Amino acid sequence: MKVTIVGAGPAGLYLGILLRTADPANEITILERNAPDATFGWGVVFSEETLGALRDADYPTYLEITDTFARWDAIDIHYQGESLRSRGHGFSAIARRRLLAILQRRCAELDVVLRFGVEVDDVAALAAETDVLVGADGVNSVVRRADESTFGASVTPQGCKYVWFGTDLVLDAFTFIFRETEHGLFQVHAYPFDENTSTFIVECPEHVWRRAGLDTMTEQESIAFCQDLFADELGGHTLMSNKSVWLDFPLVRNRLWHSANQAGNTVLIGDAAHTAHFTIGSGTKLAMEDSIVLAQAFVRHPASIESALVDYELERSPTVERFQQAAGQSAEYFRRVGRHTHLEPVRFAFNLLTRSGRITHASLSVRDPKTVATLDSSFAGGRAVTPPPMFAPLELRDVRLTNRAVHQVSTVDKIAGAADTGVGLVLVGPVAVSAEGRITPESSTVDSLRPTTGATVGVLLSHAGRRGATRPPTQGVDLPLPADQAWPLLAPSTLPYTPGSAVPKAMDADDMASVRTAFADAARKAAAAGLDLALLDLAQGHLLASFLSPLTNKRDDEYGGSPEARLRYPLEVLAAVREVWPEDRPLGIRLTVADWARGGLTEDDGVSMAERFAEAGVDLIQISAGHTVPNSQPEYRRGYLTALADRVRNEARVTTLVGGYLTTADEVNTIIGAGRADLCVLEGPC
Amino acid sequence: MRIGIGLPNTTPGADGTLLLEWARRADAGPFSSVAVLDRLVYDSIEPFAALSAAAAITSRVRLATMIAIGPLRGAAMLAKQAEAVNTLSGNRFTLGLAVGARRDDYTAAGVDHRTRGATLSEQLAYLRGRGTDGMQVLVGGSSGPALQRMARYADGYAHGGGPPRAFASAATKARAAWSDLGRPGEPALWGQGYFALGDTERGTDYLRDYYSFTGPFATQIAAGNLTTARAIKDFVRGYADAGCEELILLPTVSDIHEVERLAEVLD
Repeated sequence: MKVTIVGAGPAGLYLGILLRTADPANEITILERNAPDATFGWGVVFSEETLGALRDADYPTYLEITDTFARWDAIDIHYQGESLRSRGHGFSAIARRRLLAILQRRCAELDVVLRFGVEVDDVAALAAETDVLVGADGVNSVVRRADESTFGASVTPQGCKYVWFGTDLVLDAFTFIFRETEHGLFQVHAYPFDENTSTFIVECPEHVWRRAGLDTMTEQESIAFCQDLFADELGGHTLMSNKSVWLDFPLVRNRLWHSANQAGNTVLIGDAAHTAHFTIGSGTKLAMEDSIVLAQAFVRHPASIESALVDYELERSPTVERFQQAAGQSAEYFRRVGRHTHLEPVRFAFNLLTRSGRITHASLSVRDPKTVATLDSSFAGGRAVTPPPMFAPLELRDVRLTNRAVHQVSTVDKIAGAADTGVGLVLVGPVAVSAEGRITPESSTVDSLRPTTGATVGVLLSHAGRRGATRPPTQGVDLPLPADQAWPLLAPSTLPYTPGSAVPKAMDADDMASVRTAFADAARKAAAAGLDLALLDLAQGHLLASFLSPLTNKRDDEYGGSPEARLRYPLEVLAAVREVWPEDRPLGIRLTVADWARGGLTEDDGVSMAERFAEAGVDLIQISAGHTVPNSQPEYRRGYLTALADRVRNEARVTTLVGGYLTTADEVNTIIGAGRADLCVLEGPC
Repeated sequence: MRIGIGLPNTTPGADGTLLLEWARRADAGPFSSVAVLDRLVYDSIEPFAALSAAAAITSRVRLATMIAIGPLRGAAMLAKQAEAVNTLSGNRFTLGLAVGARRDDYTAAGVDHRTRGATLSEQLAYLRGRGTDGMQVLVGGSSGPALQRMARYADGYAHGGGPPRAFASAATKARAAWSDLGRPGEPALWGQGYFALGDTERGTDYLRDYYSFTGPFATQIAAGNLTTARAIKDFVRGYADAGCEELILLPTVSDIHEVERLAEVLD
C-alpha cells in the first residue's frame, strides 16, 4: 500500500511508524511544510491511559518518550491567596520538539520517506497518485480545505482568548492560577515538561482581554504584562515567547473524516479532523490514538481501503465526540469561572476538577481521598468524619432539611410513599390553587393537602394557565379534554398552547385579582395543612410563567412589553403569597430560566429574572427550562439542567434546586459539592 | 428483552408470497413481533398493507411499523390505516412513527418537508385525541424536539439503529424527556438492527443502495450490517444491557431461510 501523509506532527509521524511496522511493504511518504526542527508551542500532556496505548502500539518509541517524560500526579490550584493541592491525577508531559525528534528518528530508522519544506497545493493530484492520502496537517489542514463540503467541516472559535508561553520556572504539579484584576479574572494553566522548562498558558475572556488593552499591545508588551501579573508565582523566573500571540481556540469538527471515490481515498487524523479545547489537554493524545486506530484498521481490512477508513471512523468518532463534549464544558467553565470566585477554596477547587464531567465525587474519592474528605467536612463545620455532600443538612429559614435529595411527586396521595424513602424534601405538585388551575381532572388541588408526619414536605402551587383542561398523562400530555368535560382557560394572551389546544381568555383586571387571591388563599391553606415549604410555579408554560416570556405574553398594558412589565404580575402574586405565608417557612419559585425557543427568554434573561426574584426575597429557585411553547429545543442528557443551575446559583446568588434526570447519589454529591446547586431532584429509587 | 424480526417489504425481489411465508414462519418461531419499514420512492410493499396481510395469517406475533413516515399521509388517513391494522390483528399492532430521512418521499407525496416535525406532532395529537386505547404508539428521532414529541404523545421510543452504546445513550435521553414531560412510569424502548446470514454481500449491497441518499454515510450504515452469529449475539447482549425492551432484527436479503438462520443464532 502506498500512503502519502501531509503533515509531520505527532499524528502523521506516528502513523508512518505504525504503518511500516505493521507491514514493511507499505510505502510511506510524509510531506511537511516546515523545517524538521521548526515547532510551535512548548510541552504536550499525556495521561496514564494514553501511555498504555503507546506502549502497545510501538515499544521502542514508548521507551524513548517515557524516558524523557516529566511526570507528576498533583494539581495545584492557586486561588485567593490559598494554594490547594489535589493528588492522584497521573500526568506526563514532554517537550513537543523532543517528541517530534524521537518520532522523526524512528521514521528514518523504518525508512519512512520524510520530505520537509514541501508545500502541498494540489491535493487532488496527490490523492490520485497514492492509495491513501492522509491529512495530518493540523487545524488549518490543506487536505481538509481542499474538500470541505465532503468532510462537512466547521471551524468555530471556542472559549477564552489565550496565549502559550514557556517559562524557566520548573513546576512539580499541573498548576492553575486564578488572578483577579481591575479588568476581570485571568487564569493560568501551567505544567512542567522537562527538567528546565514549563508550559505557561494565560487566558481570559475576550472582554477582559480588551479592557486590559491586550488587543493593542505588541508581543513584548503582552509578555511584560503577563510577567508582571504573575510575578509572585514566577518568583523571578521569566516568560519565554515562541510566536506567542493571543489566540482564539479553533473548534474543528467534521461530519465525515474520510472520502473514498474514483478520485482517491482521503482520510483526516488529529487536529485536521477534530480539536478538543486545550483546557482538557487531550489534543496530542487524540491525534496519536487516531494513528493507532487507523493503522490497526488497515491490518483488519487488508482487502478494502474503504472498509478500513469506515472502521477507523466508526471506532474513533464516539470517543472523540465524548472528548469534544467534555472539552466544550471545560472551555465554557473557564469562560465563566469569574462567577465562582465567591466559593470557598475547596469547593472552588472541586468545581474546577469536575468541570468537564469526567471527574466526579466518587472517582475523585478514589484518586484523592484527602481532598474529598476536606470537601465533605466543609459541609459539616469542619468535622473529620462526615458523610458526602448529599447528606449535608440544609437550613431554609426555620426549616431544616436533613439531606439534599428531593423527591418530586405529582399528586397528594403519593406524599406518604415518598416520605418513607428518606429524602430531605418531598415536593408535591403542581398542586392547583383552584379547580380552574388544574392541568387534568386528576390534578391535586390545594384543598386535598393534609399534614404529613415524619418528613419535610413542600408544595408547588400552580395554575396551569393555557396548559389546563387536558387528559390525564397516561396516553400523553397536552391532549385537550373533550369540550363537554373541559373548563375555560386563562392566559396573558389569547394564544393556544398547541394548534389543537383550547384558546385561553386573556386575563382582565378581575381575573388577575382573583388568581392573585387564589394563590394567597392556597398558600394560607397549605400553611394550615402544615406544609414546610412552598414554591410558586413560574415554569413549564403554566399561567405565571406565560407572563414572563415574550413568546406568550403579547399584552400592551402594564403587564406586557418590557422585561420589567412581564415580571410585574408574577412579582405581585409572590408579594401577596409572602404576606400570608408564615415568616419562619421558606418560600420559593420554580422558574423557567430559558425558553429554549427562538425569540424566547435566553439564559441571560433567566439569570436576570432570578436576580429580581432573589431581591424580592425568594428563598429557593427550582431550575426549569423549555415548555414555554411546545416546540422548544431541549438537549436531553443526564443533568441537562445543571449548567443553568450553576449560573443561577453563582450569578444571582440564590439557593437552587435542580433536577434534569439525575439518578445517582454520585451525581448529587458532585453537583452539591461543586456548588452548582443546593438541592437535587433524585429520580429512580423512589 | 423480546426479539422481533423484520418482514422483507423493502428488500430487492421480495414479493407477496415471500412476505406471507416469512410472517407465517416468524409467527411459529421464537420471535415476538414482525416489523416493516416505510419508503415511498423505493421498490417496496406499503407497510400498512403488508401488516394487514400478515395480520390475516398470524395469530401470536405483534405487528409493528418500525417506523412509518407519518407526514406522508394525512392525519385522518394515517389514523384510519393504523386502526384498521389494529382491528384486523385483534389489538396486536404497534404504530411506530417518525419523520423519515428522505426528501424525495415528501416530494412524491406532495407534502412540505420543512414542516415535517410540526406535522407529525399534529398527527399524534389527532391520533391520541381519538383515544386510541389498545394501540401502542412509538415515536422515533434523535433530536431534542423529536424526543420531546415522543414523550408528549407516545407510549415509547423507536430507536433508528446503531451500535448498542448509541442505543444506550438515546435510551437515557428518552427517559430524561419522559421525566421532563411528567409522564408516569418509563417509556417503552424499541431498537433495531440489520442482519444477513446467508448471502452477506448481497445484504450489504442492499443497504448501500437503500441508504444511498445519505451519500457517504451509506457505507457506514452498511458496515453495521450483522453478518455473523457472533456479531448478532454481541449486538443482542449489548441492547439487552442497555435496557432495550424489544429489538427488531431487519433482513437485508429476500431469502426465506434467513428466518431459520436467525432463529438458530438466537436459540
